[in-house]
Amino acid sequence: MINMKRRTFLKGSVAAGAVGAAVSAGLLTPRVVLAAWPSAAFEAKSVDSALDALMGSHAMENSDKISIRAPDIAENGAVVPVSVTAPMSGIDTISIIAEKNAAPLTAAFKLGKGAEGYVSTRIKMGKTSNVIAVVKAGGKMYSASKEVKVTIGGCGG
Amino acid sequence: MATIKIRAKLQGDETTVKALIQHPMDTGQVKDKKTGKLIPAHFIQEVNCALNGNNVMTALWGPAVSKNPYLSFKFKGAKAGDTLKLSWVDNKGESDSIETQVS
Repeated sequence: MINMKRRTFLKGSVAAGAVGAAVSAGLLTPRVVLAAWPSAAFEAKSVDSALDALMGSHAMENSDKISIRAPDIAENGAVVPVSVTAPMSGIDTISIIAEKNAAPLTAAFKLGKGAEGYVSTRIKMGKTSNVIAVVKAGGKMYSASKEVKVTIGGCGG
Repeated sequence: MATIKIRAKLQGDETTVKALIQHPMDTGQVKDKKTGKLIPAHFIQEVNCALNGNNVMTALWGPAVSKNPYLSFKFKGAKAGDTLKLSWVDNKGESDSIETQVS
């Protein structure tokens, strides 16, 4: 009788162990990325510390191949259209940074299989500053920047 | 209520996705003019886009993405009629998603 209980107990724990293994292997959690929203990177107060938090490094190489399309003068800092085009192959992420914002990192795009080196969005800018695009491809980071003059800031009240 | 408008257009072998999401994107730094209190931060943190269930793009956003965000990107490997799903989650845990066909 005691042995019977022991058997069922063992069976149960093996089954639970299998489920646990499946979870840790990522099989049952398709939304793992969600938990990984990098708050440290988005709250960082400088470009370098934001990149350190996001990518683990801020060692970048300037690249004139990356093109940033943004207005020279933005009348309304609350809506600044920014497009980034990068010709590199095997692009991992494209990040858009507004250098003088209180928290410079605005957006990071992780590109999946088949995605081209192009993203476009609209960002808020507190004041005139460089918009920096950081492209991570093949384990290296490349950057380019463009100055946008802001006449009315879009971050404060 | 649908908060997302999306279009996925195939040209040659390249699909261009354009999406517009309705969301306040409050930064947490702006005061309410009536009450003088700060409007709490409320912004989209993550946007996922998948083609036939396979992720093609994940955007991580901070509060400095504009109100009613616009997003566009391109990818290869889709056929007309493929299903593209876009979903977002914000810092309050609210979310929405939409499916569209590549055309």
